[in-house]
Amino acid sequence: MDSKGEGMTEPIIKGRGLIKRFGSVTGLNGTDFDVYPGEVLAIIGDNGAGKSTLIKCFAGAHSPDEGTIWVNGAEVKFGSTQEARKNGIETVFQTLAVSPALDIAANMFLGREIRTKNLLGSILRRLDHKEMRRLAAEHLQNLGISTLQDIRQPVETLSGGQRQAVSVARAAAFGSKVIVLDEPTAALGVRESGKVLELVRDLKKSGITVVLISHNMPQVFEVADRIHVQRLGRRAAVITPGSASMNDAVAIMTGALDLPESEQQLTPI
Amino acid sequence: MSSSISENRALGEGFVPKRTRLQWVQVTLHKYPWISALIVLILVVAGFGLVNERFLLPSTISLMVQQTVIVGTLALAQSLIILTAGIDLSIGSIMIFGQMVMANIAVFATASNVLPIAGGNPYLAIGLGILAATAIGGINGLIIVRFNLPPFIVTLGTWSVFMGFSLILFKSRIIQGLEMPEVMTLLGEGFSVGPFVFTFGLLVMVFLFFAVSWALRNTAWGIHVYAVGDDPVAARLSGINTKRVILSVYLVAGLIMGIAAYITIGRIGSASPNVDPMLNLQSITAVVIGGISLFGGRGAVVGALLGAMIVTAVEMGLSLAGVDQAYRTASIGMLVIIAVGVDQWIRKVKV
Repeated sequence: MDSKGEGMTEPIIKGRGLIKRFGSVTGLNGTDFDVYPGEVLAIIGDNGAGKSTLIKCFAGAHSPDEGTIWVNGAEVKFGSTQEARKNGIETVFQTLAVSPALDIAANMFLGREIRTKNLLGSILRRLDHKEMRRLAAEHLQNLGISTLQDIRQPVETLSGGQRQAVSVARAAAFGSKVIVLDEPTAALGVRESGKVLELVRDLKKSGITVVLISHNMPQVFEVADRIHVQRLGRRAAVITPGSASMNDAVAIMTGALDLPESEQQLTPI
Repeated sequence: MSSSISENRALGEGFVPKRTRLQWVQVTLHKYPWISALIVLILVVAGFGLVNERFLLPSTISLMVQQTVIVGTLALAQSLIILTAGIDLSIGSIMIFGQMVMANIAVFATASNVLPIAGGNPYLAIGLGILAATAIGGINGLIIVRFNLPPFIVTLGTWSVFMGFSLILFKSRIIQGLEMPEVMTLLGEGFSVGPFVFTFGLLVMVFLFFAVSWALRNTAWGIHVYAVGDDPVAARLSGINTKRVILSVYLVAGLIMGIAAYITIGRIGSASPNVDPMLNLQSITAVVIGGISLFGGRGAVVGALLGAMIVTAVEMGLSLAGVDQAYRTASIGMLVIIAVGVDQWIRKVKV
């Protein structure tokens, strides 16, 4: 932390005291969260620690029962994923959130369909399928996926990895400020995971903030700037790949190691 | 690194397996489920035509097509709802309510009810009738969405509730065509095309099918209807207001049923609260036979039209062949089971 306060940037997303309950189960028990513009923040934690619940709060998929969220310094309350998106936050959920029976282009633009520019478009709200297909193909190309046979294929005919690619491409295409990836390499093989990590680096280069949930320690240590460790519904520590080892990270995750705040990296490097 | 391998393969490439002919059929039917309905229709018509050549007479075909109009229109409404993985068992009651409102406002004499609006104005009557049906359809949607209840159960209840509305407000009086202005029975009028006779009601039904098909394929609303039926969680996470979509579907269905009410008055020549109780199930049968999945998210509404035609064709064919009523009912039931079975087989497509 800069003692004189110089170069202190505001977090792009900040959360304090977030509490989320599901019936008798407490998902988030007073989580604090900071992610700074332009960094890659990884969130790690044991199952049930609250990682997915946490990012769903920023994604607009959940509303925290208590606590506050700020985006760019302004307090927000997201009632839907649309509202989060309007703030530039795109999320790839663990379940991918793609509609199996619809085709790739339709899924790419689900919720933000493009209408034709003529009278039919404005009055009857006619969709511009050609344009959506063209753009969908373009976004997939940018990710290096050129081998999908037909952009009109229903998503259910794609393999797990291809579906994940479509989901990631969708977030990368529309994410303007923050892209959140929940276990993006879970269904992917080694080479394909490598491509996703490459994408994370490319996104960072273009100035987009990336929040990444992963169980894959080597990948996390390879690509993250800071690592938020979630444990039992709270932020246990924030470390960096340089300051802590993978063993330390696992120890903090499981509660075997308690890191004092002075040794944590709560602000950007 | 071997260049050809790493350059040609990118993220998530799959390979295309060789397909047997049967699998090719399965895949095509998966993409266009209504094709199986079309094939069945052709087979049925050809089959019955062979058994009894009177089946293929223009007069028979005209009659068959006209018989389809009411079930077809109801099936259109039902297919919209089924696409969202819902179902509407109260379809017949909604249509009857619409009919009763229309007829009672259109009668020259005093309406048989508490409403003092009777005055013989057909346009007001038709408009209010359609509005009433839309509103009632909306009640289904509201209950389902607001209280998060399964559509099957809600509409099972509203089936009787709406029927009750009709009887309480309008008693059981049947209003004959002659008591109303001529416009009320307009959709029963017909015109000839060569040896075939078609009604205006048929034209309205065809128009409705075109309109709904177009909307489903060419508007964001249409895509959202499919998305909500296919995977409601994914739809919600994608920012779609699933509650609003579901409510809208029941409203549109109500609107279609209001129009169906007007068509029915034209076809039967009177407005009666005693319409065929089998209409509900017949509409569902038509939808299922037409390749629209009961689990939602798949199928084209044109399938419902084909399904309605198949039901009518089988009915007529068996009746012309002299088959007993009991066997006719059983055979429609078997058709449904076969249709669902085929639907399940088609769904098992693996690419």
